[in-house]
Amino acid sequence: MAPVDHENEHPVPAYGYAARDASGHLSPFKFSRRATGETDVAFKITYCGICHSDLHFIKNEWGNASYPAVPGHELVGVVTEVGSKVTKYKVGDRVGVGCMVQSCRSCTSCAENLENYCPGMILTYGSKNLDGTITHGGYSNFMVCDEHFVIRIPDNLPFDGAAPLLCAGITVYSPLKYYGLDKPGMHVGVVGLGGLGHMAVKFAKAMGLKVTVISTSPNKKAEAMERLGADAFLVSRDTEQMQAAMGTMDGIIDTVSATHAIVPLLALVKTNGKVVLVGAPEKPLELPAFPLIMGRKLVGGSCIGGIKETQEMIDFAAKHNIVADIEVISIDYVNTAMERLLKADVKYRFVIDIANTLKP
Amino acid sequence: MATNYEDQHPNKAFGWAAHDSSGLLSPFPFSRRENGVDDVAVKILFCGVCHSDLHALKNEWGVTRYPLIPGHEVVGLVTKVGANVEKFKAGDRVGVGVIVGSCMKCEACNQDLENYCDKLIFTYNSVDWDGTNAFGGYSDSIVVHQRYVLRFPDNLPADKGAPLLCAGITVYSPMKYYGMTEPGKHLGVAGLGGLGHVAVKIGKAFGLKVTVISSSPGKEADAIDCLGADAFLPTSDPAKVQAAMGSIDYIIDTISAVHSLPLLLSLLKLNGKLVAVGLPNKPLDLPIFPLVLKRRLIGGSDFGGIKETEEMLEFCAKHGIAADVEVIKMDEINTALERLAKSDVKYRFVIDVANSVSPK
Repeated sequence: MAPVDHENEHPVPAYGYAARDASGHLSPFKFSRRATGETDVAFKITYCGICHSDLHFIKNEWGNASYPAVPGHELVGVVTEVGSKVTKYKVGDRVGVGCMVQSCRSCTSCAENLENYCPGMILTYGSKNLDGTITHGGYSNFMVCDEHFVIRIPDNLPFDGAAPLLCAGITVYSPLKYYGLDKPGMHVGVVGLGGLGHMAVKFAKAMGLKVTVISTSPNKKAEAMERLGADAFLVSRDTEQMQAAMGTMDGIIDTVSATHAIVPLLALVKTNGKVVLVGAPEKPLELPAFPLIMGRKLVGGSCIGGIKETQEMIDFAAKHNIVADIEVISIDYVNTAMERLLKADVKYRFVIDIANTLKP
Repeated sequence: MATNYEDQHPNKAFGWAAHDSSGLLSPFPFSRRENGVDDVAVKILFCGVCHSDLHALKNEWGVTRYPLIPGHEVVGLVTKVGANVEKFKAGDRVGVGVIVGSCMKCEACNQDLENYCDKLIFTYNSVDWDGTNAFGGYSDSIVVHQRYVLRFPDNLPADKGAPLLCAGITVYSPMKYYGMTEPGKHLGVAGLGGLGHVAVKIGKAFGLKVTVISSSPGKEADAIDCLGADAFLPTSDPAKVQAAMGSIDYIIDTISAVHSLPLLLSLLKLNGKLVAVGLPNKPLDLPIFPLVLKRRLIGGSDFGGIKETEEMLEFCAKHGIAADVEVIKMDEINTALERLAKSDVKYRFVIDVANSVSPK
C-alpha cells in the first residue's frame, strides 16, 4: 500500500505536531485538511489541552494508533469560515471541539443525543473519517468540523482554561448527572486529583455537593482543600482514615486509570452508593459480590458525553466561572510536557498556546 | 457450660440441626420464647430449602454458629399473638423470610429497607433480641416480632409459595430498584436454579422478553417449555454468544459459582444493567472498558424489605406465580442437600414440616 501523502491528501494545507512511532516523540508535521463543506465550520486553533489519552494514544498503549499521529481533543479557537448550510455559527465566533467530530447520525444513540455511544463515532484524532482518511487532532493550526460537533465557548470563559473542559470537563460532568450524584447536600468522593479529578471537584462544589478527595499522595491535601475547595481529603493508604470514612458517601467518581482496588471504594459509599469509573484501567479489577449485594451498591462506567450535554456543561461552567487549572506551554515544550504528564507533574492540565507558538 | 437448648425458653419446640461443618442435620429438641406483646407465634407448615442454608450449614462463609437450624422460607399458621399485635390473629396464614429483626430506627429501617439495616437479626444464625441463638424454619414453630411477619395471600399455595420468601424477593427487589420492569425490554436471567427460575416467571409477568443464560445446555427445554422463557443462550456456544452481544437491556445474575463477568457484560446494550444476586465466594474479574464505553453498570441487591416482600407476594398471587418445587419429608433433608449441591432439583426443595417434623 502506498504511503499517505499527508500534504496533498486534502486541498487545504495545514501544519501541526505529530508522533511518528510508539516512542510518542512529537515533531513538526505538514499535512492538509478538507475544504470547508456546506455543514462545516473551520476555525483557527488558539489553544489545545493535553489530555492523558493523547499520551496513551501516541505511545500506542491501546494498540490503535496510526502514525503519524496528531493528537489533541480539547481544542478552542475563532471561526474563520462556515459552510453554506451552517446556521449556528458565524465568522468570529469562539468555538471548540472535543473528542468526536462525527457519528452515524441515525442510530438510537445519536437520536438521543448520545453520540459518544454511537458505534460509528469518529474520534477527533486517530479515527477513520467518512472519506477514508485518518482524523488529525488539535495540536495543529486549524480545524474543520461538522457544525453539529462544534461547541460554543461563552465570552466570559477564557479560552485557555476552557479548552480542557471539552474532554476532562464533560467526562466528569456527565456521570455526576446520569448517576444522580448532583443533588445539593450529597457527598461525593473524587478518586485521583489530576486533569479529570480536579474538574470533578470544581463541578461537584458548584452543584452544592460536599466533596472528599481520595488520593494516594498526602501532599495534595493543601491543594485539594485550600485551592480547589474540597471539604475533606482522604489518604487511601491510611487504613484508619479510610475506615473512619466508611459508609459516608453517596457516590464516588473514580478517575484513576492505573490498576487499583475498588473494594475500599465500595466500603466508602453508603447503602445504594455508586462508584463510577471514568478512568479506564487496562486490566480487569477484582470485584467481590458481597459488598455490592450487602449494600445494594453499584459500579458503573461513563464515557465523555454527548454534544448537547457537552454544550450544557460548558454553559454551566460559564455560569459558575469554572475553568481548568492549567499550565500554558509553547508547542516546542510538548515532549517535556508529556514526560512530566507521565509523572503526574502538572497542576492539572497542560494547554498548548497554539496561536502564538505553532509556526508553519 | 454447654447451653441446654431445650430449657432455654418456656415453649418446647422440635427441629433438625447441624452441629458442625459437615452440615449433616439430625433431630434436635429445643425451645422457643414465649410471645412478647409484639410477637406472633407460628406453627410452621412448609419451609423452603435455600442454597444459602447449605452455605451456612457447611460454614462456607466462616460465620456459622452451631448448632444451626437453617430455613428462611417459612409458611405457617398463626397460633397466638401478643397484646400489641393488630395485623394478625390466630389462624392466619403468614410467612417468615430472611430476617426476624432490625434496629427499627435507622435510615434504612425508616425507609422500609430493613434488609439494609446494620443491625439485622437473621432468621437463623444470628443472635436474637434476647441474646439467644436464632433458630430457623427447619422446625415446627417460630416466634417472630410482628413487624417481620408477612401476610401470605390466600390464593398462593403454601408449599410452592414458600420459596418466594427468599428467592422471590431476591429477584423482585432489584428488578424494581434498578428499573428493570419496562414492558417490551429484554431481560437476561443468568443461572437457572431457585433464584433464576423465579426471575423468569416474574420477568414474564412484567411483560419483558426473557432469555435464560446458562452453562448447562440441557436446561433449554425446561426454560422455554416449562418456565416460559422466550430464548435460551448457552454460554458454552461462542457463536451464539457473539450473536447475542449488545442485545439485552438487563441481566439478573443468580450464579453463585465464580463465573465470567466480561461475557455477561458484553451481552448488555448501551446503559445496560447487570445485577448480582448470587454470592460467589471469590471476587470476580471486572473489566472496566466494557463499563465505560457503553455506560453499563453492575450493582448488587440483598433480598428486600418487609413491605416490599409483601408487595412481591401480592404480585405473585395476582399473576399466578409460585416456585417449582419438590416437596420432601424432613428426614430426607440430608439427601436433598447433597442433590442441591449438584443443582439436582427443579428448582427448590420444600420441607413438608407439618407432616414430618415432630419428636418421635
